[in-house]
Amino acid sequence: MDFSIASILLLDGFTNGAVYALLGLATVLVFTVTRVIFIPQGEFVAYGALTLAMLQTGKTPGTVWLLLILAVVAALMELLERWRHHGNAVRAAQSALKTLAFPALISVLSIWAAPQQFPLGVQAALSVAIVTAFGPLVYRVAYQSLEAATPLVLLIVSVGVHFAMTGLGLLFFGAEGFRNPPFWDERFTVGPLALSGQTVIIFAVSLALIVLMWLYFEKSLRGKALRATAVNRTGARLMGISSHTSGQLTFLLAAFIGALSGLLIGPTTTVFYDSGFLIGLKGFVAAVIAGLSSYPGALLGALFVGVVESFGSFWASAFKEVIVFTLVLPILLVRSLRSGHSDEDH
Amino acid sequence: MLKKQNIALWLLIAAVPLVAVLPLPDFWIAQLNYIGLYALVCLGLVLLTGVGGLTSFGQAAFVGIGAYTTAWLTLNTGMSPWLTLFVGLGFTAVSALIVGLITLRMSGHYLPLATIAWGLALYYLMGNLDALGKYDGLLGLKSLSIPWMNGDIDIGQGRLFFVLTWAILLAGAIALLNLLDSRPGRAIRSLKGGTQMAEAMGISTFRYKVTIFVIAALFASVAGWLLAHFQRTVNPSAFGLKMGIEYLFMTVVGGVGYVWGAIVGAGLIKLLDDQLQVLLPALIGTSGSYEVIVFGIALVLVLKYLPDGLWSIVARKMPSPPRKVDWQNAPDLPARSKPALGDLVLQVDKIRKQFGGLTAVNDISFNIAAGQIVGLIGPNGAGKSTTFNLITGVLSKTSGRVLFRGSDISALPSRDISRQGMARTFQHVKMIPDMTVLENVAMGAYTRGRSGVVSSMLRTNQAEEQSLMKEAQRQLERIGMGAYLHEQAGNLAMGPQRLMEIARALCCDPALLLLDEPAAGLRHKEKQALAAVLRQLQGEGMSILLVEHDMDLVMDVCDHLVVMEFGTLLTQGTPVEIQASPAVRAAYLGTEH
Repeated sequence: MDFSIASILLLDGFTNGAVYALLGLATVLVFTVTRVIFIPQGEFVAYGALTLAMLQTGKTPGTVWLLLILAVVAALMELLERWRHHGNAVRAAQSALKTLAFPALISVLSIWAAPQQFPLGVQAALSVAIVTAFGPLVYRVAYQSLEAATPLVLLIVSVGVHFAMTGLGLLFFGAEGFRNPPFWDERFTVGPLALSGQTVIIFAVSLALIVLMWLYFEKSLRGKALRATAVNRTGARLMGISSHTSGQLTFLLAAFIGALSGLLIGPTTTVFYDSGFLIGLKGFVAAVIAGLSSYPGALLGALFVGVVESFGSFWASAFKEVIVFTLVLPILLVRSLRSGHSDEDH
Repeated sequence: MLKKQNIALWLLIAAVPLVAVLPLPDFWIAQLNYIGLYALVCLGLVLLTGVGGLTSFGQAAFVGIGAYTTAWLTLNTGMSPWLTLFVGLGFTAVSALIVGLITLRMSGHYLPLATIAWGLALYYLMGNLDALGKYDGLLGLKSLSIPWMNGDIDIGQGRLFFVLTWAILLAGAIALLNLLDSRPGRAIRSLKGGTQMAEAMGISTFRYKVTIFVIAALFASVAGWLLAHFQRTVNPSAFGLKMGIEYLFMTVVGGVGYVWGAIVGAGLIKLLDDQLQVLLPALIGTSGSYEVIVFGIALVLVLKYLPDGLWSIVARKMPSPPRKVDWQNAPDLPARSKPALGDLVLQVDKIRKQFGGLTAVNDISFNIAAGQIVGLIGPNGAGKSTTFNLITGVLSKTSGRVLFRGSDISALPSRDISRQGMARTFQHVKMIPDMTVLENVAMGAYTRGRSGVVSSMLRTNQAEEQSLMKEAQRQLERIGMGAYLHEQAGNLAMGPQRLMEIARALCCDPALLLLDEPAAGLRHKEKQALAAVLRQLQGEGMSILLVEHDMDLVMDVCDHLVVMEFGTLLTQGTPVEIQASPAVRAAYLGTEH
């Protein structure tokens, strides 16, 4: 290996790492606020990439139908629950309509826009909007009534959601894989490195998103409310921060990040309905490096995972997944030695 | 084991050879074989997840280790499958130990995460190693056979394999039931409710977590060994993460807390899986594994509406009858030597606890002599419970020393302190609600027994069990709880729960008893009874440290009082002196200005 190969691998690793970083951040975010270990994070990635691929072909993406079904289920749940709780049919109908409104709007817009062959940017924005709308609905349908459950139960629920979302992905997108066109076709050469426009976009978007998230959590009231929920749910509720709203908002952000990640990697690799899982899990390894609690930690962890993966695929390409996932064990060992005691459950 | 359940169990055991000779189509025998194999893996998950509160998505990987070990060894070295079984178990145990030792010190969700990563890594390893035939796997394994007369009998297929598998499965289930009803079993059942109480009873919760993880992995490994020789081929697809998740799914649906739930869940999901794999593609029009949609949604629904699984419905209809009292003639447990009356039992020397900038306990010192009842009192937030936790080793001290019967226990964890004969109760009752009062109390005597997991599974621990139960009954009767022996602990009112905790502490045969607000929530009569119990214990030479807010009780029973305020020692003395002290009065009622 000489310097030029090393630098190419390093760049490659950082590019993937930037996407893993976004997913790692989303995982940390979801876990700290809701205590949900969100295994289906990667499904949003695949959904994002494939939705755009479908829009490219001029067809209405299957995700739109799925979104509508999910929205109807969520609205019905909202209706029944509110009605049983408060006995006020009008209020219940209102809140059900509120659940239904945004997804329905997005769906109608997509059905109208799909055959129009809009420019790539518009289609990308639409894809992100569709997939983002999934976030709160998934929370509403699968997790909301289990808010008080232990992290372990929530983890098993996550696995169920992952199963369902993968299967539905197959149902709505088919088994075929897609590779999206790059958003920016430029190529740059810096020394031995060939930098594609897409790589530049990946770095720029990841960085921008991380900064935005930092601003959101540090400067905005909503962001602070989420952090309060993360620290102490009961305390946050006493301060009037609804844990339902916090959970849905968190999942909205997670779905948004997932969809965006899907658009970012769509042009660099062929995405299948079940590709999201492995990509998400690598973001996950990054989050575990950070102990599921630190954002900068997740970022560094993700870059590390990306680099290990790219060097792993150079030296032993068949074993790159083995290397990446075995990495978790020494990381956990270090964490366990450093913490030195077992956490008491409260 | 009890009469009615015994009969059911024997019927089940008798049913196995019966099913084998029934004229069932071979297809159904094969189905039952798979169900038996899956149920064996699920049994391990019942112990790990349902009883121990830990979760693994990687059981399929352990099945894979068992299967690939025997496949490679029998194909490449010609070893007998009956030997490779144990080699596979060895590999499985070592890898489970590594994963367990690394992750189980940390909070509960790291184990499932590690098993996901571990399962994936192993899957890709199996699929990429040339020696293991990559994704095609290894083919041409021999069926299991036993030598008989002048030839071998093939027991690896069809009906004979069914008998073998289900015999192993039922043996595993019975071993598990035996284990759960034993000294180590009660320790395992305490893991789910948090580690503080178990550690205070002298139980190393970490060791038990690793133990049950390894046991669960070994069950999976045996299933893998059987599966390899039944299918006569192994390939990675049966050992991937999806299968690992499916095992957990089966267990959750069947009832993750019930041994028989494993079999019900495995059977139901296997049959459903087969139906859906045919039905769904026909319905949708293209082939593909659409059954995961149904499974995913079903998993969420089960956790929401039937979190204890299907077997919980059966279990509710069949309440377990009371334990048979068979220990009247059992020998007593060995007793500890007790300090002579008046010897110093506890010396607390300037202990201090700081949480960041806050000094919760500020250089507190006091002594307790044998046969003395010392009360630790003070307004709310004075640091009494923290002091308590510092003495019992639940919290680590910032500085200071604690001597117990002359030896320094400052640096010991709570389980080692408990082993030296210091027992405690908790401010908020900590118990295992679904065990009987007797079983809960028997946990207190944990350190006085020594039977392990294996002897409990084989039920060679009965003499010791009887002694433990006899001791538990004796302590319960001692504090007037003799009528509640077989009551579910969770059904008790607050007062009896607190008394049960005292009985549990007494079971440890302590020289010093630490009671954290034993009278809280007790009615007047119950308080009087408690005072009588405390005085009776004192009369038997017991030393007691009491944290309590009920001044009548404190003034009534204590020989000596230690008063704390804002983490510091305000004063100490006899109850009469303390009642007369203006400083104490000011601390409790405030001062006039």
